[in-house]
Amino acid sequence: MHNKDIIRIEDLHVTTSTQVILRHINLHIPRNKITVILGPSGCGKTTLLKCLNRLTDLHPQLQVTGKVWIDDEDIFQPNVDVIAVRKKMGLLSQRPFPLPMSIYQNVAYGLKMQGITDKHTIRERVQHYLEEVGLWEEVKNRLHGPASKLSIGQQQRLCLARGLAVQPEIILADEPTSALDPISSRKIEEKFLELKSDYTLVLVTHILRQAKRLADHVIFMYLGEVIEQGPPQEIFEHPQTAVLREYLKSGH
Amino acid sequence: MKCIMAIATYSIILVFIYMILVISREGIPALSWEMISEIPGGGFYFGKEGGILNAIIGSVYLSVGGTFLSLLISIPVALYLNIHLLHYNRITAGIRYLLDILWGIPSILYGAFGFVLMIVFHLQASLLAGIITLALMITPIIIRAFDEALQGIPEGMLEACYAMGLTRRQIAFQVFIRQAMPGLITATLVGFGRAIGDAASVLFTTGYTDYIPKSLYDPTASLPLAIFFQLSSPIPEVRERAYAAAFILTIIILMISLLIRLCTSRLSKYQI
Repeated sequence: MHNKDIIRIEDLHVTTSTQVILRHINLHIPRNKITVILGPSGCGKTTLLKCLNRLTDLHPQLQVTGKVWIDDEDIFQPNVDVIAVRKKMGLLSQRPFPLPMSIYQNVAYGLKMQGITDKHTIRERVQHYLEEVGLWEEVKNRLHGPASKLSIGQQQRLCLARGLAVQPEIILADEPTSALDPISSRKIEEKFLELKSDYTLVLVTHILRQAKRLADHVIFMYLGEVIEQGPPQEIFEHPQTAVLREYLKSGH
Repeated sequence: MKCIMAIATYSIILVFIYMILVISREGIPALSWEMISEIPGGGFYFGKEGGILNAIIGSVYLSVGGTFLSLLISIPVALYLNIHLLHYNRITAGIRYLLDILWGIPSILYGAFGFVLMIVFHLQASLLAGIITLALMITPIIIRAFDEALQGIPEGMLEACYAMGLTRRQIAFQVFIRQAMPGLITATLVGFGRAIGDAASVLFTTGYTDYIPKSLYDPTASLPLAIFFQLSSPIPEVRERAYAAAFILTIIILMISLLIRLCTSRLSKYQI
């Protein structure tokens, strides 16, 4: 049976030796929806996102306690296959980081990771994913050129295609449009709205208007704590706390 | 201030050109086909027939072998420092500090250390001992030079790779090596240059011979030592040949540099 909530977080607490970054977080993230994590800079949004695919492992100074359930599997258990957990999730970061390969290989790499070796299949799927992110028409004549020659906006969409090729269930996006121009940002936002029928999206942003355009579910964070969460009309129309009212007024 | 900086900059170029000129002026007249195609004849060290093919071949064997052996050690070490030990700053700072010290140790000490190793393992002065000694000498150089290039890779790229579900091995050998390829090539060149030009470390460990080595266990001649022995001769013809040997050494280094540089642009095409 499919649970309605794909991600459940129970009492997640993250500290360094000197400070608390996340304070006893409890959250549910619904399946096939866009969940927006909103909040001012330094409130722990990015750290929360990194807990979802255990990128926190990269930082030995971070101490993580609590439970993160993804598809009813607690990913912080020591015997969990981290690689398999991460393959369930694609990540878009603030700046795109394509692999140092050609445009074609960037997408094909994800396919090869799944053990697809047939060249014909790979070519079809590469085209499929590049079309899915709206990049195919722009790059079809230079598929074997370096990915670094693409614009930042195109690179971000290439990274999305690369992430989709690994066939994830969840797409994590950490302020994916912050380095992009308005037109590229709009393209990414449109893709997100299309993708939610097949994927669960978790989007970190500090742009209020973007949150209003995309969110099905909003989580507002402040200083490492979840202050409010709920459907967008409630959060944006009827904020319960003073912090959120202040944040909505100043709009940053 | 600008004037001083300009003088300093151009004088370096002048010194370099002057060195090349001296080596060419003294060396080219003594240069002949016989010089680079034959091993020393009976009267070679009195200015008579023969060449230094033994030293040319010996130097190429030694430096290519040493660089190759060193890369086998250096590449994994540098990758380990930058992937597995990332954020373990005290450990990596300690390792880097030690490597920098090793970088600065004079090559004669590596020669002496190689000599001790030879005694322990009952090896004679041989190509193998020379390759091992040279590899020891240039490994810290190659590690640190490659390491600097790897440190330049943004952390976001590492996170992106992990987030895709890549294993550390895949990240190291399929992503990081490609991204840092120009740095690896420069590192290899610096190490190779040190290896082919060094006399002190091969003095005890490979010995010198008039013959081309037939196996790893034969003693081997090298260009730096050929220069050294011939330059200290009282006979003018022999001293001229020392310059010719220096000229050949310079040409070999130049050719290999150019060759590798040509490959660099191809190999770094996909760098982000």
